[in-house]
Amino acid sequence: MAKAIEIKICMGTGGIAAGGAEVMEAFKQELGKKDIKASVGKNCSMHDVGCRGLCAKDVLVDVLIDGDKSTYQYIKADMVPKIVEEHVAGGNPVQDWLVGEDYHNFHGNQVKVVLSDCGNIDPEDINAYMAVKGYEAASTVIKKLGPEKTVETIKKSGLRGRGGAGFPTGTKWEICSKVNAEKKYIICNADEGDPGAFMDRSVIEGNPHAVIEGMIIGAFAFGASDGYVYIRAEYPLAVERLRKALDQAREKNLLGKDILGSGFNFDIKVKLGAGAFVCGEETALIASIEGQRGMPRAKPPFPVHSGLWGYPTVINNVETLANVPYIIRNGADWFSSFGTEKSKGTKVFALTGKVMNSGLIEVPMGIPLKKIVYDIGGGIEGDKKLKAVQTGGPSGGCIPADMIDINVDYESLAKVGSIVGSGGMIVLDEEDCMVNVAKYFLQFTQSESCGKCVPCRVGTKRLLEIMERITTGHGRQGDIELLEKLGDHVKSSSLCGLGQTAPNPILSTIKYFREEFEAHLEGRCPAKGCRQMLTYSILEDVCKGCGACLRACASGAITGEKKKPHHIDQAMCIKCGACFEVCKFKSVGRE
Amino acid sequence: MAAKGFSIKKAEGALEKLYEKYRGLKGAVIPILQDIQEEFGYLPEDAVNWIADRMEMPRSNFYGVATFYAQFYLTPRGKHIVTCCSGTACHVKGSERIINSVMREVGLQEGQETTDDMEFTVEKVNCVGACSIAPVTIINKKVYGKSTSQGILKEIKGLRKK
Repeated sequence: MAKAIEIKICMGTGGIAAGGAEVMEAFKQELGKKDIKASVGKNCSMHDVGCRGLCAKDVLVDVLIDGDKSTYQYIKADMVPKIVEEHVAGGNPVQDWLVGEDYHNFHGNQVKVVLSDCGNIDPEDINAYMAVKGYEAASTVIKKLGPEKTVETIKKSGLRGRGGAGFPTGTKWEICSKVNAEKKYIICNADEGDPGAFMDRSVIEGNPHAVIEGMIIGAFAFGASDGYVYIRAEYPLAVERLRKALDQAREKNLLGKDILGSGFNFDIKVKLGAGAFVCGEETALIASIEGQRGMPRAKPPFPVHSGLWGYPTVINNVETLANVPYIIRNGADWFSSFGTEKSKGTKVFALTGKVMNSGLIEVPMGIPLKKIVYDIGGGIEGDKKLKAVQTGGPSGGCIPADMIDINVDYESLAKVGSIVGSGGMIVLDEEDCMVNVAKYFLQFTQSESCGKCVPCRVGTKRLLEIMERITTGHGRQGDIELLEKLGDHVKSSSLCGLGQTAPNPILSTIKYFREEFEAHLEGRCPAKGCRQMLTYSILEDVCKGCGACLRACASGAITGEKKKPHHIDQAMCIKCGACFEVCKFKSVGRE
Repeated sequence: MAAKGFSIKKAEGALEKLYEKYRGLKGAVIPILQDIQEEFGYLPEDAVNWIADRMEMPRSNFYGVATFYAQFYLTPRGKHIVTCCSGTACHVKGSERIINSVMREVGLQEGQETTDDMEFTVEKVNCVGACSIAPVTIINKKVYGKSTSQGILKEIKGLRKK
């Protein structure tokens, strides 16, 4: 009897970057040669069972023979013939190329709801999603449950907005359902703007139908007839898969007129964001869909009362919506069995930075941060020491290493001055300068400030100027206090969430790493992260005179004869660090 | 500041089609600008003015939107596009050094994006969402993960020869 063979190849943005398409082509060719009946399918994206440990271990390939799964890592096209020969045809997996223990630890400590199908199914095929009970929830809601009970279920589940603010989703839907209007809208916010976050992109790339199903359920529950997905143009693969998924859903009459014969009409349009972080804010996002500059306005009225074109509008984040079908299918109690008393369910994080297994993870709310960094993340790269974990991106704050036992949920993080945010989690080690990282976030928010209100427009600019002088060795006494005072003012008086949270990275860094700020005022950068404050010099007794630094130096500051110690002219040095990077003998010192 | 090579006469046909596509639609300014950029590679001032007049909308509406969003380019772009991610993960893994060395290699000053010979455009973007392979550099849409200054400079030197 012929064996059922299935090969899944990671084809997310990371998988493709690592050569996923070439690997897929190689499999097609090899299998063609051997005339083996196999479906060379695409494993959904890089953040899933096929490809977690991620792009770091890409290309990841699953080979399933009669359901027996082996996962390979770091696969290149030229390795494919051996896999096909020995494993697919011969039945013996190529042991040396299989994933190791760290890959299994990475998975074993997670709980998957939103990502449960992501990575197991072909995201470009609606039938693959339907085979894992996809769209059953939408059908249940439309045919049996009815709007009120649907809202009730979501309320009871305790689902809160995953975009950052954590507003209860069921409550938002309920408020909108009670507004009388001739037309209502649902908008999926996929304008994932936080640098260092890629949860939403992964969900859409990996399982776009779950998001669409969530929108259908929401629209039915509070009576919307039109939906928009507002998505970043910087995510071309996600946009393409989303469009394909929408077409497929229309063909199956899951979108359009008289959905599933129920008389319910609903359709979804895709709107490409044009690159403005502030458009993650609800009212700015609406302005952008309306074709204007994406500037927020004062609330109330809230969008649920007056949103897009003045009609009641519910805006939900991608991850929030992707949770909805699973909640309907498995029940509110099932969902609320994960998490803490006030933070229910799971949360997807983008775990990045100086951690061994960086990637997309999904964990129950309330999990200790330590478990994320050490058990799932596999600890810090290169045996360095953990310094802090930054959560919530430019709106969040840092958690110092000695508070690593903290639980990750809305309340606990808020207590220490950070936030869950949309899910960025950046691990920093002893070589990262906290002052520099705080400045980095401020640079971001300052340049993304839309300029409408003065506290944010002028305040972030002034804060940045102070940070600039501190990180270039020109800090003045009293600057730290000035940052605290000004930061408080910007927080309390800005119009929207961007300005209200922009000072957070600085304030929380001052709170936990004040001595590092003070060191900068004294002209030192202890972590050696602020290049303007460093002096590069060549250690003459170590230098072999190979000339690598001389060639790398763009400013012509390095001189020296071959095989003799070189020298840096401090007056000409622009402190770019190129010599430090290229020297193989560690003979470039920096102080 | 219509750039060399752009002629409004030649563009009118394409613009008229755009006008037909978006006539009477609400909220069309951003998609129109996106389409113009898709067609010409940037937003030629004459083209934007033409469509604004044709739509009977103030030119300032279009100008305001075009300058607000990072996606829109008001000047022509180079033959080769080098996109350096400066998201958080890339930043802590040294993207700044890569960006600086790329700028030096192609001969760009701080604040300048495109080389005078129109060969290279170097742009910084906030985050391309591929943080687990940081630092990320994209050269002509090909993604280079875990990139190093030396590796990227080699690619750029290779492009220059062509």
